[in-house]
Amino acid sequence: MTDSKYFTTTKKGEIYELKGELNSEKRDKKREAVKKVIASMTVGKDVSALFPDVVNCMQTDHLELKKLVYLYLMNYAKSQPDMAIMAVNTFVKDCEDPNPLIRALAVRTMGCIRVDKITEYLGEPLRKCLKDEDPYVRKTAAVCVAKLHDINPILVEDQGFLELLRDLLGDSNPMVVANAVAAMSEIVETSPTALKMLEINSATIGKLLTALNECTEWGQVFILDSIANYSPRDEREAQSICERVTPRLSHANAAVVLSAIKVVMKLLEMMDQSAGFAGTLVKKLAPPLVTLLSAEPEIQYVALRNINLIVQKRPEILKHEMKVFFVKYNDPIYVKLEKLDIMIRLTNQANIAQVLAELKEYATEVDVDFVRKSVRAIGRCAIKVEASAERCVSTLLDLIQTKVNYVVQEAVVVIKDIFRKYPNKYESIISTLCENLDTLDEPEARASMIWIIGEYAERIDNADELLESFLEGFQDENAQVQLQLLTAIVKLFLKRPTDTQELVQQVLSLATQDSDNPDLRDRGYIYWRLLSTDPAAAKDVVLAEKPLISEETDLIEPTLLDELICHISSLASVYHKPPSAFVEGRQAVRKALPPRSQSGEGEAVQAAPEAPVAPPQPQATVIPGMDSLTGDLLDLDLGGPSTYQPPAAVQPQPIGGGSMDLLGEGLDSLLGPSPVSGMDMGPGPRGGGVGDLFSLAGLVPTTSYVPPQETWIEAGKSKGMEVNGTFSRKNNQACMELTFTNKAMSPMAGFAVQFNKNSFGLAPGILNINTPLAPNAAANVTLALTTTGGVQKMEPLNNLQVAVKNNIDVFYFSCQVPLNVLFVEDGEMDKRVFLATWKDIPSQNEEQYTIANVEHSADTVTTKLRNNNIFTIAKRNVEGQDMLYQSLKLTNNIWVLAELKIQPGNNNFMLSLKSTTLDVYPGIYQSYDAIVRS
Amino acid sequence: MIGGLFIYNHKGEVLISRVYRDDIGRNAVDAFRVNVIHARQQVRSPVNNIARTSFFHIKRSNIWVAAVTKQNVNAGMVFEFLNKIVEVMSSYFGKVSEENIKNNFVLIYELLDEILDFGYPQNSDTGILKTFITQQGVRSQTKEETSQITSQVTGQIGWRREGIKYRRNELFLDVLENVNLLMSPQGQVLSAHVAGRIMIKSFLSGMPECKFGINDKVSMESKAKVSSDPSKGSGKTSIAIDDCQFHQCVKLSKFETEHSISFIPPDGEYELMRYRTTKDISLPFRVIPLVREIGRQKMEVKVVVKSNFKPSLLAQRVEVRIPTPLNTSGVQVICMKGKAKYKASENAIVWKIKRMGGMKECQLSAEIELLNTNDKKKWTRPPISMNFEVPFAPSGFKVRYLKVFEPKLNYSDHDVIKWVRYIGKSGLYETRC
Repeated sequence: MTDSKYFTTTKKGEIYELKGELNSEKRDKKREAVKKVIASMTVGKDVSALFPDVVNCMQTDHLELKKLVYLYLMNYAKSQPDMAIMAVNTFVKDCEDPNPLIRALAVRTMGCIRVDKITEYLGEPLRKCLKDEDPYVRKTAAVCVAKLHDINPILVEDQGFLELLRDLLGDSNPMVVANAVAAMSEIVETSPTALKMLEINSATIGKLLTALNECTEWGQVFILDSIANYSPRDEREAQSICERVTPRLSHANAAVVLSAIKVVMKLLEMMDQSAGFAGTLVKKLAPPLVTLLSAEPEIQYVALRNINLIVQKRPEILKHEMKVFFVKYNDPIYVKLEKLDIMIRLTNQANIAQVLAELKEYATEVDVDFVRKSVRAIGRCAIKVEASAERCVSTLLDLIQTKVNYVVQEAVVVIKDIFRKYPNKYESIISTLCENLDTLDEPEARASMIWIIGEYAERIDNADELLESFLEGFQDENAQVQLQLLTAIVKLFLKRPTDTQELVQQVLSLATQDSDNPDLRDRGYIYWRLLSTDPAAAKDVVLAEKPLISEETDLIEPTLLDELICHISSLASVYHKPPSAFVEGRQAVRKALPPRSQSGEGEAVQAAPEAPVAPPQPQATVIPGMDSLTGDLLDLDLGGPSTYQPPAAVQPQPIGGGSMDLLGEGLDSLLGPSPVSGMDMGPGPRGGGVGDLFSLAGLVPTTSYVPPQETWIEAGKSKGMEVNGTFSRKNNQACMELTFTNKAMSPMAGFAVQFNKNSFGLAPGILNINTPLAPNAAANVTLALTTTGGVQKMEPLNNLQVAVKNNIDVFYFSCQVPLNVLFVEDGEMDKRVFLATWKDIPSQNEEQYTIANVEHSADTVTTKLRNNNIFTIAKRNVEGQDMLYQSLKLTNNIWVLAELKIQPGNNNFMLSLKSTTLDVYPGIYQSYDAIVRS
Repeated sequence: MIGGLFIYNHKGEVLISRVYRDDIGRNAVDAFRVNVIHARQQVRSPVNNIARTSFFHIKRSNIWVAAVTKQNVNAGMVFEFLNKIVEVMSSYFGKVSEENIKNNFVLIYELLDEILDFGYPQNSDTGILKTFITQQGVRSQTKEETSQITSQVTGQIGWRREGIKYRRNELFLDVLENVNLLMSPQGQVLSAHVAGRIMIKSFLSGMPECKFGINDKVSMESKAKVSSDPSKGSGKTSIAIDDCQFHQCVKLSKFETEHSISFIPPDGEYELMRYRTTKDISLPFRVIPLVREIGRQKMEVKVVVKSNFKPSLLAQRVEVRIPTPLNTSGVQVICMKGKAKYKASENAIVWKIKRMGGMKECQLSAEIELLNTNDKKKWTRPPISMNFEVPFAPSGFKVRYLKVFEPKLNYSDHDVIKWVRYIGKSGLYETRC
């Protein structure tokens, strides 16, 4: 029996004919007709006109026919809601059928029909099916809850389906559990109310881990994905989960393996990195990852994209597995490109020879993209492993000799980077490069070549001729090339001023007068002005030392990397983008790794630049790859940061006039700040754009109250290390200001800070101290504090127990955090909300304090408090006394309302506090007192 | 989760289209055709994002199978599932071709309805599916029958039904290994690994429990400790397995803790285990290439193949594929053994040797004449590849025992007839030249 004939009916009046057949008495004929209808539906013909006739066939005990009719219904019910009602009765009846397959089929199909009236009828049958005696029906019903929630979340939440679903987690059948978990995960993502109800706790985790051993491969994926969303209470629990998940690493299904890896990668964060358990766990991850590379190419691709992330997060896992990433001749191109990426990341001194031999092989392949990437990779190797630089350069030269156009261009681009990294080492090859000027037709390659000529102008005899030849078609060049050309000629002029004056005049006028590009014009003006006013300064600026370039390429920004690690195996990990970038609508919570365990060695703290709210670190410039998004965004000039000069030496000097005819006085005001702010963006490291912002913000003087430093550890008690400190609030973050003084005879190193659990979950960020700290030297450090640490109520509330470690010993002390550093910036309450809240809080919660002997007006006090994130919402004058109504919010979202009474002539202020949490009052009062007096 | 599933023929015509989620519109079917199948440039990724909709696809022969979604799905799972669908289809009706798909479209819809619910993959074991998705029309099932089906579909042992009976209890075990090699022209091994599979065909009655022992280093060592018998030096005979994966019937937690492989076998044929080794592989063949370019119009190729295993064994279906430049005009081949032919359509000299004993050496020499071309691009020499089949396991893998226990029925381990076979095949066995 073949069905293909149904695809071929194209007669006229087909619909009419089908109608007749559908209403035929003979069952076989009916079935044939329905098949024809479905076939038409598949190829996109509209057969909705047959709706009533098809639905009529629904009442049959023939399972196959029933399924076909249901398929039709799912497709067309939405367009014919009124007619769809006709089907409801049959559905409800089928849900009572003695055959569990039919019961399940009915409940499965009903959930797919998105017609309100049908959904109304779905409630009762679904409830029954969730408690059905047959597991097959229950597992189908579990998914149906998710379907219903997608159509009508309120109905699901109101009618108690969430509870029923949660109960299924304890079901004796593992597949029911798996489907229930899948449904729950989906519901939780869209609905915050459901989140509260369905949150996974340690009891449910136990049930899931049991079901994990017994359910189907897909069920295991659902369960593992949901375990990955759970945050264990402590390291012990994390370990025990890992122990039960690791057997999954041997599963034949790649999805199970990847999801298990996700769980392990996430929980690893919580473990003591130096302990044996974490070590063995890390070792277990490598073999399954390697095995994934022998799966189907599509799965290999998913695996490689994930390995790319894993290698960035934990390079140690695959550091010995370089060989498996060698490209095979028959690999699909997407696998080849990904493997190449990973090879570059794993390159080190030990394996460089092998890698280089491979890359050379690849550079002669056919696929253009792949060849380009291989050439680029050779350059990366040179920069990464200094010992190999020479061999890399000679390999690149060999490749240039092939004269294959795109190979040459790519080689020139990477050679520019090699020159950056190892200045004055490989200039001998410049002549070879110059031979290939004509082949360069891509902007990036041209720009790189021009940069090289400008940089080494003094060694290239005909540099002026070369640059002049580029200048001829200046207007037609890409902006990137124009900018490079401008800079290169200025460099040339500074190095060989005698014979290049004409050239420089020419380029400056081209850039400033004939160009519409503001970047080019501005740069032209700046150079012009510099040259005419102070050539020495110009030399300092244009020929300044260049910042180092980083060894790593295309690193994913740490917080994004952490988020992506939580999404291993998912689409996000394939795209290397957070889900919000490609999923519509949902504003789900962004995932983050649990904070790193800091129970172990202090080094762990220092070695963890990925810690959640790490302040941006100064980084060397990262060269963006061909497809690096971040690079493009933060970079104003695709030509590379190389041509920009650090502006540090620039002192915009007002000019006397006269000589500079081009720049009128009017431009002065414009130009004044521009060399600093405008150019600052250039040398700013690409990855460090954020860092710049922060450092700027850091320059703004803080007006908030900072108590004077106290001595926390005396030198006598701590083998010579004295620690003074205080707390402040900077950049919307609480900070600890520390001064380490070395009063011992020998240098100190290996500083680390650790907090005990505390009332506000404070945890230290990264401690940056220039070590070693010489004897009698002191280091001032601002340690940013996060509020994501462990929480435990302390007595008094603001007590903080701190451990400080150095290479000698660990020392402990406790201090009190002034609460004002925990007042957050968005603590300003709306007036009406304030009134309502004030009324809502019972009056027994109100407490009064006196701030004695202060002589400030109400306005000064308001400003002072405002600077410390205490917001005055309203001010009233009642019988000559000022009443200030204020609000503030703590980092843990506790709101405190206050009323401050100031009477003229009376130096005592009256403070009334109201909050739902009484424990904070003493601390708040202390802060008020200190701020007002400051 | 998966929002919809489409199957296309090579022209991009839809053969099957099933939408599971409301967020996937009808236009998604066309979007994939226009942007991927009919794309002007070759598609360079199996995952494509088109208008905020993600498409996953695999292509098997001429058929495109695509899954589509708008959510952040588990990509590994989607591809595993697409492969599974192809596997299920081929086990139902053989080759997955346009004709077969059209002939079985009702069956495919029924399968898709069963194995994917709201985009969540469900039990997709073909053995179980075949018990209740039959296309046999109405079969009045008794209550016992249906509840048996449902308990199997959802059951803990979802891969085996109760009440199987055989007159003869038999068990066939094949150790199939694929040797992969990449060798430099100088004979240096760049990478080599063995991908092994244990295929079992079981015809056993009841619900037997099987135990499987192999000469894996780890389990041998743990065994040696227990028996504390130093005379049985396990050092030479055991092998180091880098990683292994098991069919879902194997109790993974037991493997993790006790290093024993125990399982209740599915009925019929299945893959029990996959493994990978990289150490101490005995490479059955070595290829020694010698290529000389004589001027611009001539090339000389000499290839020596050496077999490197026990002389008593015979390798079969030995084939060496020597790539030739695109501008080859003629080839003269001389070989002492086997047959060699230049195949212009494949741009290669194919040298076939039906049988070859161990520790032998064969040679082929060829003269290749080239046309003059003004193609500037240098010809990149693809590697010389080899195919063969040998009757041993190149990794050194050995089956130590395979025991069957069935406590409820009266047959014992001794009554089961067991067959074990070792086959080593070439995977990607390449030598650069």
